[in-house]
Parts: sequence; C-alpha cells; structure tokens
Amino acid sequence: MKGLLRTTLEPMERGHRAVGAVALMLILAALVAVFVQAPTEKHLGDVQRIFYFHVACAWTAFLSFFLVFVGSLAYLRTRKTAWDMLAVSAAEIGVVFTSIALLTGSVWAKHAWGTWWEWEPRLTTTLLLWLIYVAYLMLRSAIPEASRRATFSAVFGIAGFVDVPIVFMSIRWWRSIHPAVVSGRGMDLDVAMYPAFFLSLAAFSLVFVSLLALRIALERSHQQLEEMKRQAAFKLGGEVSHG
Amino acid sequence: MTGSQESPATATAPAPADVGGNGAWDVEVRGLWKSFDSAPVLRGLNLRVAAGQRAVIVGPNGSGKTTLFKILSTLLRPSAGAARVAGFDIRSQTSEVRRNVGVLCHQTYLYGELTCQENLLFYARMYGVADPPQRSREMLRLVGLEGQADTLVRSLSRGMQQRLALARAIIHDPLVLLLDEPDTGLDQRWAGVLRDLVAERAAQGGTTLLTTHNLERSLDLADRVAVLNGGRIVFSARRDDLDVGSFKEAYSRHTGATV
Amino acid sequence: MWEALRKRTVAIPAPRFEGRLASFASQAMAVAAKDLRAELRTKETASVTFVFALLVLVIFNFAFDLRAGDNRTLAGPGILWVSITLGAMMGLSHVFSKEREQGSIEGLLLCPVDRSAIYVGKFAAALLLTAAVELAILPPFALFTDLSVFLPPLLLTVTLGTIGFVAVGTLFSAMAVHTRTRELMLPLLVLPVAIPIIVAAIEGTRVGFEGKPWSDMLPWITILTAFDAVFLILCPWLFQYVMEEMGS
Repeated sequence: MKGLLRTTLEPMERGHRAVGAVALMLILAALVAVFVQAPTEKHLGDVQRIFYFHVACAWTAFLSFFLVFVGSLAYLRTRKTAWDMLAVSAAEIGVVFTSIALLTGSVWAKHAWGTWWEWEPRLTTTLLLWLIYVAYLMLRSAIPEASRRATFSAVFGIAGFVDVPIVFMSIRWWRSIHPAVVSGRGMDLDVAMYPAFFLSLAAFSLVFVSLLALRIALERSHQQLEEMKRQAAFKLGGEVSHG
Repeated sequence: MTGSQESPATATAPAPADVGGNGAWDVEVRGLWKSFDSAPVLRGLNLRVAAGQRAVIVGPNGSGKTTLFKILSTLLRPSAGAARVAGFDIRSQTSEVRRNVGVLCHQTYLYGELTCQENLLFYARMYGVADPPQRSREMLRLVGLEGQADTLVRSLSRGMQQRLALARAIIHDPLVLLLDEPDTGLDQRWAGVLRDLVAERAAQGGTTLLTTHNLERSLDLADRVAVLNGGRIVFSARRDDLDVGSFKEAYSRHTGATV
Repeated sequence: MWEALRKRTVAIPAPRFEGRLASFASQAMAVAAKDLRAELRTKETASVTFVFALLVLVIFNFAFDLRAGDNRTLAGPGILWVSITLGAMMGLSHVFSKEREQGSIEGLLLCPVDRSAIYVGKFAAALLLTAAVELAILPPFALFTDLSVFLPPLLLTVTLGTIGFVAVGTLFSAMAVHTRTRELMLPLLVLPVAIPIIVAAIEGTRVGFEGKPWSDMLPWITILTAFDAVFLILCPWLFQYVMEEMGS
C-alpha cells in the first residue's frame, strides 16, 4: 500500500519546494489583492480585510480535519503507518490554522461587535474544533506505544469528526434561542471582493499542502530513524527484556 | 457440559488423536517474530506439538515463553511469521482459536469482588458453555474449591486462586491448553493433581503446552521437552530419550546457564 | 474425578449466524451482570459519584443565589447538568480502570467474544449506574432550588442525554485508562465531543422548568436523538479496534 500514498507523497516531497514557491507567490498576490485591490467595506472599514484571512484559515482548518478523518479511517482499515502519519500531520497543522482563525475571528469581533469574544455559532464551533483536536494531540502525547497511539488517535479522530456537524447544529440552535447582542451574519460579498477572497483561499490551501508535505516528510524521517535503531539493536544481538 | 460437539462431518480440524501422529498438529508455529518497539523477543521461532501431546518448554527469564503463549492465545499479534492452533490460524481465525484454547498465566484473570462460583459462571457464559451453573460446579469440585464456592476471590490464598484460575482455563474444555508456570503457589498435593490433570487430558486427546522453571518436574509432566532461549527453540527431545542429568546438561549447553 | 474432562479430539468451529446473535446477547448480558454485581457488592463507584455530584451542586449554590427570582430557570438547568456531567465522568472512568487494575481485560480478550458485545455489556451497566446516580441527585436539586424536577421534558432529556454521554464515555474510558495520564485523560476526550449533549440537555431542561410547550423541545430532542443514534452505532464498532490494542 505504501504504493498509493507514496506515489502521492514522493512527488509532493520532491516537488514541495515547487509547491512552496507557488504558495509564496499566491500569498503575495493575495496580500496585494486584500490590501490594495479589494474595496474598503463600507461599515467596518479597513479592519474588515482580516475577514479574507479568517475565512481562508477556517476553511483550511476544516480541510485538515477532514484529512484527519480520512487518515484515521484508512489507518484502521489498512494498518499502514503512512495513514497515521497523514492524520497526525493534518491534525497538527489544523490546530495551527484553527488558532489563527480564532485569533483573526477575535480581532474581527472586536471591530465588528466591540468585544474580543462573542459566543456566536461559527466562532464557538471553531473553538470547539480547536478543543477536539487539541485533545487529539494530547491523547497522542500520552501514549508511548506506537501501534496503540495510532489506533487510539484514529478512533478519536473519527469520533471527533463525526461529531462536528452535530456540534455545529446544536450551537446554531442554542444561539437562536439566546441571540447575541449583535447578530453576526457576516457580510455579503461584493463581486469586487472576489479576487481577494478566492486568492486568499487558494494561497492558504497551498500553504497548507506545503506544510503538510513537510510535516509528513518529517514524520517519515522519524520513523526511519526508529527503524534504524531497531536494526542496530538486532545486529548487536539486542537486549531482550521480556519473558 | 460442552456437549454440543459438532459431528465429524461438520468439524474443520483434522481428527485423529493418536499421540505424536503425523499430520495432526495442534500447535504449529513457523518463523514467529515478535518485537516490542525496538527489542526483538521472539526471533523466528519454530515449534510443532502433535495432538494429544504434553510439551514442556523451559528457558531462562526473558527468553520469550510468556510472549509465545500470548501470541498463541491471540492476546498479542506477531510481528512476523505464522502460527496455527487447533488447526486455526491465529491471525485470521482468532475467534475459533479462542474457542479452543485455554490459558493459565501469571495473572489469574479473576475478579476479586466476585465469588468463585460467580467467576466461573461468568467465564462459562463468555465461552458459550452449555449449562454454565452445572459446569461451574463440576470445575469447582475438580479443583477442590466446592467449599469456597461462595467466598470472594480476594479472600482466597494464592494457591486457591491459582486452582480457581486453572478451573477457569479449562471451563470450556479446550482442545489446547497453555499453562505458564502453573505450579506457582501450588503445594505438593495440588501440583500432583495438576500433573494428573495434564496426563488425563492427554489420554483424552487434549494437547497441553506448559512452561516451568523446574527441570525435574518438566520431565514428570512431559512427552516432549524443548528449550527456548534468545527467542528461538534451541533444543528439543522426546522425554523418553532423556534423563534428568542429560537434560540438565543439554540445558546448560544451550543457554549458558549453570543448573 | 475426571468425568468433567471429556474426550476432546475435534476443535469446535465457529457457530452459525443465529447462534452468534444469541451468544452476543448472552455474553453482553454476562458482562453487564458481572459489572453490576461487583458494583452492588462494593458500592464504591456509585457512592463516590453521587457525593461528588452533590458537592458540585452545593458549591454552585454559593456561586448563584438560586432562590432569587429568574435565577432558578436561568442558572438551574446548567447547574444540574454540570453536576451530573462531572459526576458521571468520575463514574465512567471506573468502567475500565477497575478491569485494568485487576489485569482482567486480558481474561476478556481470551474469550471468543465479539468485542462489541463487551462494549454493549459495559455500556448497559454504566448506563444503569449513571441513571441511578442521576435519580439520586434530582431530589437534592429540587430541594436547593425549589423547582419541580419530575417533569416529562426533564426526564426525557435526562434519559436521552445520559445514553449519549455514557456511550461516548464507555468508549473513551477504555482508551483513557491505557494512557500515561489515565483517568485524567477522560474528561479531555469526552467533554468536547459531548458538547451537543450538554447544550441540548440544558436547554431541554429549561423548557421543562419554564413550562414552555413541547414544540420548543423539538430542536433539543432532535440533537439528542441524532447524537445517540450516531454514537450508538459508531462506538461499538470503534471499540473493537481499541480492544485489539489491549493485549500487551
């Protein structure tokens, strides 16, 4: 099986510099679009521009958690560590992007609604997503045995992802019962905003892909190191410590 | 008891029960490897035990005896290699293996806050034994714990717990019995009963695999003996071809330990 | 003496499908019965859980004056559910920690039992124990807040909410006790995932306290039912994978 994932990943690793370069270019383009080209929003002014990055981060975070789900399912089915590597890499990067989404969301909230935090559905769901995947990472760090760690985190990864829609619905309904002082419906996108919006989306997605490839490569190296340690132990006639 | 034996027509395992018969292997291990993270414990172990045999494995601490038993009883997955127990593959037919294997280990797997009878009833139900209450009582009689049927396990002595654990191991009348140092905590009398039990099983066609530290006792119990060292079987012989002296010598030679 | 040993020359193959269904049920029941019997004998888990939930309730009463006007229906549901949640969490960690201490999980693994049957049995026992604790905590709550608690909406949310909470808690408890931080890991895993239950249970309870019509309960019942349905199917399946890792 290493086949399928490897044929996808190796070009990624070899080409990750290319991807990184393209990502960088897209980020620059997006920066230009966001700060120069996009029109100033009439109600909130220039601070509104953070919206482009916020949405892009949130989207990327969601994508990465979907990949955690895929990796977890595939690992349980095939027991190939390649899938576990995908899951943990996606989870780590996902947490980073979620954190950025939360921070940018908070800045947005301050300027749109006057408070640094508002328990509105999307921000709250983002926070819960963050909590679930931080729990995922903490679970992993508490299990030293490789196979158990991969299995348990796969189980939690699946349970967490399946839970997300239910969490979202429950918070949505909860908020409709207790409406916030301001109703955060976001804003409508003007056609002139499209370039900035989609460029940010594309740029962040590519940054994500690039980071993912790097992280997986790192994980691969780590595994190879462990394997080499094992071989060395065997060749030296290894200390047998179990009965 | 487990009276609902399938008729030979529907059975899947080879039938003949003659001791040491060719082609009827109740335990077959080929090239078994097991590593725990970076440390290999079993290194390409090969072993065959014929139906109805009593095989004893001896070896120094850390040689892999317990690991081998755990793999044979499907508690652990091997890193590499294959094994068949009672004719079933340990990787792909785990349920069938479990149905036909009994294990007695360092841990008793007994519930301290339940009584002897309750413990056996529980396991009888889990193994799908017919008429669990009847079978539990029979087993308690066998190991001499009838009087303690309603005593909580945690108030029993170590020896009594070991006897109860033995009863637990054979409650479903398994084809293959794995006993890991079963004489721990047993006094002379009960060690003797254990020996008779193993012999009786063999007469009935059941296979038993034991480990022990005691070389003399191993010759008492066995039809075949084997020495496990460094994750492999390094010596194997029929009991009839050995006496205590030659066995000790072979053991020292293959393990480097003085006995 | 040896009559108990029968001539065994032929291995027992796996039973046919109908046989498997019956044995699944009987094994699940055996596991549930064992857990309940052990608990009834010692009463340790239930009693500690109850006292803990009670303490949480008492502490909250210092945080909010629950007798004052609107506070009861505003804060009441939340307080009830926080104490139930935290208490249940304590109890749930015991579902597997006791097995682990005694090393009896391997005993279960040796049996030719569908791992999901073990889950169902453990879930059933944990559900009954948690329900018992909840029933016990309702009277003190009614006492402290002077609210009527034996209302259909409340009881419905308690039932549905507990099912989902225990379903997830049983699965995660099996994992948590095999980590380095053991029982500490359990709340970390359960609470984020169980948020929909907590939210829906609190709101559903509030509907009951405020005497609103049943139609107001609909969203919350939907959430609870959806959660229960999804996780009652998912957890037994995932549990099999967790059990495979218990052997070492």
